[in-house]
Amino acid sequence: MTATHCPYCALQCGMTVTEIRPSAGPHPGSADGRPREVATVEPRDFPTNAGGLCQKGWTAAELLDHPERLTSPLLHGEPVGWPEALGHIARRLTALRAAHGPDSVAVFGGGGLTNEKAYLLGKFARVALGTSQIDYNGRFCMSSAAAAGNRAFGVDRGLPFPVTDLDDADVVVLAGANVAETMPPLLSHLRGARQVVIDPRYSATARQAVEGGGLHLRPAPGTDLALALGMLHLAVVDGHLDADYLADRTTGFDAAWRVAARWWPERAERVCGVSVAEMREVVRLLADARSRYLLTARGVEQHAQGVDTVSAWINLTLALGMPGRPGNGFGTITGQGNGQGGREHGQKADQLPGYRRIDDPAAREHVAAVWGVDPASLPGVGRSAVELLGALGMPGGPKALLVFGSNPVVSAPDAHRVRERLESLELLVVADFFRSETAALADVVLPVTQWAEEEGTMTNLEGRVLRRRRARRPPPGVRTDLQVISELAGLLDTAPAAAFPSDPEAVFTELRAASAGGPADYSGISYPRLDAGEALHWPCPATGGDPDAGGNSRPCGDPGPGVHPGTPRLFLDAFAHPDGRARFFPVDHVGPAEPPDGEYPLRATTGRVLAHYQSGAQTRRVAELAETVPESYVEVHPDTARRAGLVDGAPARVVSRRGAAHAVVRCVPTMRTDTVFLPFHFGGEQTANFVTNDALDPISRMPEFKACAVRIEPFAAPPHT
Amino acid sequence: MTQVSRRIVVAGYGMVGARFVEELRRRDPDGRRVRVSVFGAEPHLAYNRVLLSTVLAGGLSQDAVRLHDRGWAAKHRVDLRTGVSVTSIDRAARRVALSDGTDEPFDELVLATGSCAWIPPTDGLLGEDGTLAEGVAAFRDIDDCARILRLARPGSRVAVLGGGLLGLEAARGLTGRGVRVSVLHPVGHLMERQLDAGAGAVLAGTLTRLGVDVRLGVLAKRWSMATGLECDDGTTLAVDAVVVAAGVRPEDGLAAEAGIACDRGVLVDDTLTTSDDRVHAVGDCARHPGTVSGLVQPGWEQAAVLADLLTGSDPAARYRGTPVVTRLKARDIDLAAVGEVLDHECGSGIDGVEVLRLDDPSRGRYAKLVLRDDRLTGAIMIGSPDAAANVIQLYDSGAPAPEDRLALLLGRALPPESGVVGGSVSPAQLPATAVICRCNTVSKGKLVAAWRSGATSPAALARATRAGTGCGSCQQAVAGICEWLNSAEPGSPALRPIEGGAA
Repeated sequence: MTATHCPYCALQCGMTVTEIRPSAGPHPGSADGRPREVATVEPRDFPTNAGGLCQKGWTAAELLDHPERLTSPLLHGEPVGWPEALGHIARRLTALRAAHGPDSVAVFGGGGLTNEKAYLLGKFARVALGTSQIDYNGRFCMSSAAAAGNRAFGVDRGLPFPVTDLDDADVVVLAGANVAETMPPLLSHLRGARQVVIDPRYSATARQAVEGGGLHLRPAPGTDLALALGMLHLAVVDGHLDADYLADRTTGFDAAWRVAARWWPERAERVCGVSVAEMREVVRLLADARSRYLLTARGVEQHAQGVDTVSAWINLTLALGMPGRPGNGFGTITGQGNGQGGREHGQKADQLPGYRRIDDPAAREHVAAVWGVDPASLPGVGRSAVELLGALGMPGGPKALLVFGSNPVVSAPDAHRVRERLESLELLVVADFFRSETAALADVVLPVTQWAEEEGTMTNLEGRVLRRRRARRPPPGVRTDLQVISELAGLLDTAPAAAFPSDPEAVFTELRAASAGGPADYSGISYPRLDAGEALHWPCPATGGDPDAGGNSRPCGDPGPGVHPGTPRLFLDAFAHPDGRARFFPVDHVGPAEPPDGEYPLRATTGRVLAHYQSGAQTRRVAELAETVPESYVEVHPDTARRAGLVDGAPARVVSRRGAAHAVVRCVPTMRTDTVFLPFHFGGEQTANFVTNDALDPISRMPEFKACAVRIEPFAAPPHT
Repeated sequence: MTQVSRRIVVAGYGMVGARFVEELRRRDPDGRRVRVSVFGAEPHLAYNRVLLSTVLAGGLSQDAVRLHDRGWAAKHRVDLRTGVSVTSIDRAARRVALSDGTDEPFDELVLATGSCAWIPPTDGLLGEDGTLAEGVAAFRDIDDCARILRLARPGSRVAVLGGGLLGLEAARGLTGRGVRVSVLHPVGHLMERQLDAGAGAVLAGTLTRLGVDVRLGVLAKRWSMATGLECDDGTTLAVDAVVVAAGVRPEDGLAAEAGIACDRGVLVDDTLTTSDDRVHAVGDCARHPGTVSGLVQPGWEQAAVLADLLTGSDPAARYRGTPVVTRLKARDIDLAAVGEVLDHECGSGIDGVEVLRLDDPSRGRYAKLVLRDDRLTGAIMIGSPDAAANVIQLYDSGAPAPEDRLALLLGRALPPESGVVGGSVSPAQLPATAVICRCNTVSKGKLVAAWRSGATSPAALARATRAGTGCGSCQQAVAGICEWLNSAEPGSPALRPIEGGAA
């Protein structure tokens, strides 16, 4: 029995993996034909999940022995040995670098990779490849909230408090968050609170909130910023400003008010469709409650104005005196399993480990010293995800791409264009455990381990560092991502082989040193401390006492004298800006980059369903999950369906200027008549991102997944041949 | 050859003049294309006139309604002169004369002079010198606001002349401050420009309940501090002050004197250009065909179009009018009116026209929808805030109205027939396909099947099906189903095999 955490979302539910001896008989799932132990999963009592698991977690082990599991490298679709595959990659990379320079090779990472992998991948790009061209799918996930958090508070940690603090809340506002689908066990922490759910749809989360006596506000897609401005206006007009808090702990209110003053609630209502009475009620609820939280998620963040929208919500919470007070706060709900750690350790185009900026000379110097290289040799800021994908194979753009832990053919916006760019590459390498839609395009596919087959750390939505533990040996022929990076670095021979260890703990030890002194300081965290059961939230700097000594001998939760205990709650004394104050930002509503018009009269929004995760490359292969939600669908108001000549259950095409996605009609009477919803977990003709808009936020470079103009029409499937 | 930027002069630094300059600088941040000079007659920085009723009601300080900070003009390369007005236009020389004795050349002149309060010819409202008499205040600008607040102390009595939008906002605001307010309205129902008679009556009832003394069809005849306000119905109101909110008039004198075509406003076309190609007008002083003045939204939209044109950002930009949405900003009164509001008698007889109406005066509710050919063309909503928000969005979008007209009228759908009251459904009534545990997609049918296989306690059901092992919120429901099964008589429907198996 091995204690580890779920492979999927950022809640990182505690689970145990147990191997059971197989019965006699054929074992088609076994990669080497020999009978293998069968792994099963049980929930484990852990603060984030309180002993619960959703259907994805319960069935996670099914993928370990899945018949489609990759167990051999593929070169142009044919199985080859590791030496041949890696040798091919190294030769091609070396030739491209020699002919076109280091930026001709790009790297694309993922928010599901462990801290160790994210760190080593970033180092591999900057040191072994010398390229600035590295970014990751977290750009599609946390980038807007991260940028807004950084500019308001001076640091970005999704939840600056433990999830369990929500248990005692009186009021929790969920803005653009559908946790009943995306991380169900989180709901167990919200049961005591009056919930307010802000979502264009009457989502499962909205439903359980209303059924529990809460409220549902239903803005039009892409108008959350106007709603937040209207509510800030009401907070002022109705006398709810926390004047002492503003004076003592913040700066910049006046400029933010100058904008909010123009958003009298009746004007905001006209834009967003939420009534003034509801805005007033929610502001009053927040103002009067003793313990209140406001949490945002992708619904308000995945917009071309995503950063400003998050800032608008932060402004409201600052006006009401919430952040940095015990029992109160603002937070963002991280999506991917290691969405938090993945954005801290250097797989982002503008970042170095420890959440350092790559254009900060002091940061470069520190990290270069840890890496034993000249600071001047480190590349600068590279292209962000959408821009990177868009530049592939273009003049001046990268000619090779290495993909780890991501499936951008399904997950990136304007998917037709992404596929076209990937196909134009001279070399595409994908490390994955299945032949994902992106792997299907690759010149070389490298089979790597899954969560239960590897060691490492993950940082969950509350900034707590967790141990992922190996519960079973990987199938023969499969290597860890760290081994792949390490061996590739060795073959490239551009840096000393010792610079790229494949042992997770050795990588983590180096990560600690690289992060020391940065905003996300892990230097006081160690495998022994984590294995002893300590709850360590960053920052956790190394101190005079040896952090490694904090482990086995002491009872859980007692780090011992002279050892930093970690920081479960940020901002209680001061915010992370030099003056210790939180900053209001003056932000104004502009609206979606592509408003509806006569030709495309509806607004499309995308999101997740409980049974699936991200691009679905994993969950679509779990029989029980595929059975629950077997194919894509489009939620649409019955009137809107009827006007388009559609009925419930009919095949339809959702069409935008960029492409069309096939989906089965689901008539949902609670939908806005001007809005349709598509889940984004499906590939092929059902790829929701064929229709989405790749308009970018100017700061975070987040694409506008959550609002684009579409029409919906019947689709007659061609007869089967 | 260096390009010379064009000179734009803006006469008026109110909400629309200020907005126009912001829109210019949004398109031309460093001033490479246009130089801009703005002249504001009032000595203040631009402020938000829409919020004056909130100031009157005590929700905001006068300082809080400023639109710009002191450094705004310098930061955005704007030549701003407050307390200076344009006194005449020399179209031939392309110069404006200013109240400080200087003059200023222009390539394009933008008139944004707004409107002024109309003072009815009631005796005693104006003093000998033509300014407002003692105890009288208009309700138009920020100085008016300060004057009203000086006159109207808690406990004092004030008459508001005019039962339109502005008058009612003032009346409600003052009532909230403890002032005893009478509203005199010469017409038979309140807000007659936006409401039909039924809505007017409901509104009057609501105001009365909030303590406002509403007098309809009454005209003020004479005012003096000594006797108070004499009315044409023979009554005299012993009020301490009079607030005049009887309507506004466009400030078009400057244009008219310069020979520019005016007719109750400076006439403009879809490019916001007057009869002189180099002179433009936006906001309340302008009269665009089909646009109702007195609201800020049209002026802001005009400002954006004109900025597109004068900076060359979008030479094809045109202003085609703004759908009118009226929203009364008054605490405890939720009123919205859009589009056409047919009289009581007209309506459903006309081809393709539907009128729906809910009239509930004792609860202060009134809702009316006017539809033509499936599109919403007008609505009035009082006391029905959620319905109002939906209706306004539908009206603005021009999309076809939902089939469920009643839901549109009421703001919510009626529960389905013989509707089950939220959540308290007995296990027997649930269909086998009903999902009990969302987190693990466990249906009632699956639970019954598990029970039949021997899982006869909630814990055993959880082990067998995982129901209740996610967020835990369905654990009670699972226990309920278990109890129902355990207590079922042998042979009862609960224990019969389930059709279609364990869905």
